[in-house]
Amino acid sequence: MEDFMNMDCEKRLLLEFDSKSENEGFARMMTSAFIAGMDPTLEELADVKTAVSEAVTNAIIHGYRDRTGTVTIRAAIHSRELFVEISDTGVGIEDVCQAMVPLYTTRPDMERSGMGFSFMEAFMDELEVHSGVGEGTRVRMKKKISGGK
Amino acid sequence: MKKVEYRKEDAGASFTQEGNVLVISLKEDLDHHNAMYIRERADRMLEREAIRHVVFDFTGVDFMDSSGIGVIMGRYKQVIFSGGKAAVCGIGAAVDRIFKLSGIYKIIEKYDTAGDAVQALGGRR
Repeated sequence: MEDFMNMDCEKRLLLEFDSKSENEGFARMMTSAFIAGMDPTLEELADVKTAVSEAVTNAIIHGYRDRTGTVTIRAAIHSRELFVEISDTGVGIEDVCQAMVPLYTTRPDMERSGMGFSFMEAFMDELEVHSGVGEGTRVRMKKKISGGK
Repeated sequence: MKKVEYRKEDAGASFTQEGNVLVISLKEDLDHHNAMYIRERADRMLEREAIRHVVFDFTGVDFMDSSGIGVIMGRYKQVIFSGGKAAVCGIGAAVDRIFKLSGIYKIIEKYDTAGDAVQALGGRR
């Protein structure tokens, strides 16, 4: 995936918030507002909201687990493409490949379905996960927004 | 029909018992935040009341992520042991896509309205 941080983008978003569950809705709302100008279809909007919600929830319940940390969302629009990055500085993921296996979860006690990464993959065009134990996790996603014409 | 009072933090959904069917009417996006309260609330009712089936009514709610799959599957696993069923109703396009992708329709039935679901499951309305 292109490094959108160093790209000449039309519009950028930087959002930082506490890893509290009530902020999940806030993250979706801000992301929706950010892409509203691209005139996305209802389906595209739902796709982006779901993917962001999954990544933010992961940061809150896995990244920071029992403590409160900062979740960062960076997003950018370049022509008709949306780039979005959700990052935390939490515990990190030991085995990213295993974490991405559908239905795999480390929190069955919380009734996690293990479908988070599957949904991100299904609803976005590209997904990249970088993680280091003790360093945190960074999820980058890209999606073309065709818009309702 | 028994209407149950709920506290402010339970505003994500309201809970009604109709015969032996628990109807959980969602009021807000079904994400991890609301799923925690719904799970807690539903389990308290499943413990105390003579409930056999559970219906999740999504009327007016158009967002759900994988946390919703978790909370529905969790209740399904509880009622299935006593021969109960879980159902969903009032499903809009966005929520329907999540359900289809998750494969949950293989074990959980979809109805148009809560009334249809309650009737089909043998409760009264």
